[in-house]
Amino acid sequence: MHEPNWFRWTRRIGLSALVVFTLVPIYVMVSSALKPLQDVQGTFTWWPSHFTLAPFRDMWTTIPLARYFVNSLVVAAASSLASVLIALLAAYSISRYRFRGRQTFSVVVLSTQMFPGILFLLPLFVMFVNISNVTGINLYGSRLGLILTFLTFTLPFAIWMLIGYLDSIPRELDEAALVDGNGPLGALFRVVVPAAIPGIVAVAIYAFMTAWGEVLFASVMTDDTTRTLAVGLRGYATQNNVYWNQIMAASLTVSVPIVIGFLALQRFMVAGMTAGSVK
Amino acid sequence: MRLNKTATAAVAALMLVPLAACSSSGATKGSDKANTGATLTYWASNQGTSLANDKQVLTPELAKFTKQTGIKVELEVVPWSDLLNRVLAATTSGKGPDVVNIGNTWSSSVQATGAFLPFDDATLNAIGGKSRFLAGSMSATGVAGQPPAAVPIYSMAYGLYYNKKQFKDAGISSPPKTWDEFLVDAKKLTTPKHWALSLEAGSKTENIHSAFTLSQQQGGSWFDASGKATFNTPANVAAIKQYIDFMQTDKIVNPSDAQYSNGTEALKDFATGTTSMVFWQAAQASLKELGMNPDDIGVAPVPVPATLAAGGKPVTSMVAGINLGIFKNTKNKDAAIAFVKFMTSTPEQQMLNKTYGSLPSVTDAYSDPAFQAPNVLVIKDVLSKSAAPLPQVPGESQFEKLVGAAMTSLFADAATGKTVTSAQIAAALAAAQQQVTD
Amino acid sequence: MVDAVKAKVSIGRASVVSNPKVPSGRAPVNPVRRRKRRRQWLPYVLLAPAIVMELLIHIIPMLIGVMMSFFKMTQLYLGNWRQAPFAHLDNYRLAMDFNQPAGKALLHSFVVTIAFTVLVLAFSWSLGLLAAVLTQRPFRGRGIVRTLLLVPFALPIFASVITWNFMAQRDTGVINHVLVNQLHLTQGNPFWLIGGNSFVTLTLVVVWRTWPFAFLMMSAGMQSISDDVYEAAVLDGAGILTQLRRVTLPLLAPVNRVLVLVLFLWTFNDFTTPYTLFGDTTPAQADLISIHIYQNSFGTWNFGTGSAMSVLLLLFLMVVTGIYLFFVNRRTDNA
Repeated sequence: MHEPNWFRWTRRIGLSALVVFTLVPIYVMVSSALKPLQDVQGTFTWWPSHFTLAPFRDMWTTIPLARYFVNSLVVAAASSLASVLIALLAAYSISRYRFRGRQTFSVVVLSTQMFPGILFLLPLFVMFVNISNVTGINLYGSRLGLILTFLTFTLPFAIWMLIGYLDSIPRELDEAALVDGNGPLGALFRVVVPAAIPGIVAVAIYAFMTAWGEVLFASVMTDDTTRTLAVGLRGYATQNNVYWNQIMAASLTVSVPIVIGFLALQRFMVAGMTAGSVK
Repeated sequence: MRLNKTATAAVAALMLVPLAACSSSGATKGSDKANTGATLTYWASNQGTSLANDKQVLTPELAKFTKQTGIKVELEVVPWSDLLNRVLAATTSGKGPDVVNIGNTWSSSVQATGAFLPFDDATLNAIGGKSRFLAGSMSATGVAGQPPAAVPIYSMAYGLYYNKKQFKDAGISSPPKTWDEFLVDAKKLTTPKHWALSLEAGSKTENIHSAFTLSQQQGGSWFDASGKATFNTPANVAAIKQYIDFMQTDKIVNPSDAQYSNGTEALKDFATGTTSMVFWQAAQASLKELGMNPDDIGVAPVPVPATLAAGGKPVTSMVAGINLGIFKNTKNKDAAIAFVKFMTSTPEQQMLNKTYGSLPSVTDAYSDPAFQAPNVLVIKDVLSKSAAPLPQVPGESQFEKLVGAAMTSLFADAATGKTVTSAQIAAALAAAQQQVTD
Repeated sequence: MVDAVKAKVSIGRASVVSNPKVPSGRAPVNPVRRRKRRRQWLPYVLLAPAIVMELLIHIIPMLIGVMMSFFKMTQLYLGNWRQAPFAHLDNYRLAMDFNQPAGKALLHSFVVTIAFTVLVLAFSWSLGLLAAVLTQRPFRGRGIVRTLLLVPFALPIFASVITWNFMAQRDTGVINHVLVNQLHLTQGNPFWLIGGNSFVTLTLVVVWRTWPFAFLMMSAGMQSISDDVYEAAVLDGAGILTQLRRVTLPLLAPVNRVLVLVLFLWTFNDFTTPYTLFGDTTPAQADLISIHIYQNSFGTWNFGTGSAMSVLLLLFLMVVTGIYLFFVNRRTDNA
């Protein structure tokens, strides 16, 4: 198809502008992470006065970054895993079976997606405290408690997406597996799941990313030992200095794995989401 | 909470247990060996230059305590931005430390939650008796007439810190005593490249501390005798207007200061010579850490009006300080009391306050020559003569949050070029007052 | 699909391997009935973990939240909620009395949030569409461009917002450096994090982060539009813009329906961005509703009013979503 010249130029200019818009903050992040402290305390300079890797070294000691990293990793991975498992079972049930209450459940799950986190924060806080007073299971300030609170937003989205995705997988697959002598669960795990990998990966990525960046619940439900990165990075503003170069270095370090993972797997996410949206 | 009957009974039973334990206190034994093997959790506040610095300072002292008593202490240093929230969260959840530092201004609020162990006469005697403590510091430990919710360990007051060298260079021979002198000096010091005064104008806490002092000078008050909020009064409005005018009318403060909310930036500007004056608590140690030449550090009481308004008092500071409290549902009550005794003992008071640059809260600690230095004596004088405690009412922490937030917002307006009028200040105070719940 | 083939192959095998669940010699009625019975409760069993979770983290907290909104739950009653006095509708009255400061602040926050959401939605959708159209046809470097443009969405929110905070600093940030020092567009460093400009900064940051998602979704949607449709349009004499109007947008409608709704909800409820950008001192001009409620509950430890505000927010969102879905479904019915 022939492209008119004006379109080509529009494309060049438009995309260039968007790329610049996108990349300026990234550049600021990277260059500031390589600057000595004076550079980030005075007027902004595009180029570091001299390159230094010191921020990448010091950032581990100014705040317990390693601990926060591990906390974030554990909580995000666990939320993601839990969401996928629970959502998979639920989505399979709704997608493959007709039963009473099916519609109600779907509607309830879908509607919880619109609820703001703040709505649940206060009651969950109060609930966790109550539970630990009665049963001794310490939820407030623990990783388990945080994982449970993260499920409030990862689970509905996961169920919604997986229902859509499983709906797009033909029933013949299930039936073939059932005739083969598998029970429904066997059909699910041996046949349907492999076919649904893109959707499952999409859900897992989304759950992990959202949990990784969550601030509201993490700021209330954690103490110093269970704090996640999202909240912990604020500790770089100390009594004497705001260590911007270390903040940028830390932000960069904790972002790189996520970004790489997302970019590598984003086609799964797209496949999963578009399958879910074309209902 | 609509728990079912069994759960309710269980919760009720659980809540009665610590109450029973507390009521059967009797006189504490005083034998250190009785608590050997216990472990206390201690939340310390950020008094030093960083959280790590506090850990460095406190850990050897805590080791001393363990050696003396066999009681171990698990230390966590909590930043100021988090401390009040963590304390309140602990009072709700019942899951907290055994002992905790609190800002003394919070004493009445935490007292009202009932979550702290009251220091009745028996408990006070267990740590050496009430008379050991400075009267001024003791006035900021809770509602008058009730046993203190926590005891003072570090005492501080505000002073006007000024750069001696810059004063000399500008031809100012002595620090200002009245606000008129202050403005004259400040205008001399302000040049196109230099600001006379730095304010931590984005910090709620610093704003209300100043508002309190200025309001006292105008004869105002923030709560009436029954503890009800009285924010929107002419005296309070005048106090806040005076403070904001430093930036908008007198132009002796950099508008960028409206962003200063960390509790550190204004002091840093002063330490690096970017400004010549700052109102701050017990800054000697921090200034040295920040690299300021000790010879240049001068401190004087905060100025007062040349003639006091009707009802105005010559107050130059609020009674600042840190109190040490014990959570009521601690499982190691005797160990906790032993810890408080240790922290308020004369040697510890001298050691810690010397390090942090604050003042001891017990009178016998003042024998140490470190507390006889001229700059320290100025602050001590302020503490004993011209400092007043913030209102000791349960609504105090809300006053801090609401009026503090109003002031930072007004400073933002002033910094971005809008003129802040007395009417606007009155409206903001009225709005804050309406949100106080008792 | 390979899997379908796999399934078909194993059918053949199944007839050779005997089904262990069918005991030989018995009439086949029993296993069928057993399977039918099992099939009746199986869906519920599969659903059970999700139901338990939903109850625990959504339904029960919501009910508790609604309950809390009718009580006076302030810091004084934190330790013993049984003593919290019943507040009738006081919390709601306080929140909705628009003549009083608290109600006025809530209404103001609401208006700010609506304006913010509409602007973010408009810009994000437009930029997303623009980029999707520009990258629809292959050209050299398209893969790299696409990847680069997605980075803002991939970054954890706190990392990107902290960077924008740094960029917006009055004296040390790059925004003022470029505007004042290099381009000389204005004099005297403006504030970007307090005062009126804070709304602009907030909107800019969120658009920066959100438009790649719109781009991603619309790109994916466009991929499923076959070239034949475009060829037919070209044969009819349609230029690029006409193709966009007559072919692309209508065929993207299903994707857009979901996209707009999702973007609206995500943006309206955004807490992380204002919290990370402004910290504890959110300026009034950028007081989004999530932060407003947070500061009125955790800030002042007044859980009663906080809950009341949350309930009001929820009601509003339910109404808006309901209206949106109603109109959207009507149009699809008519189409």
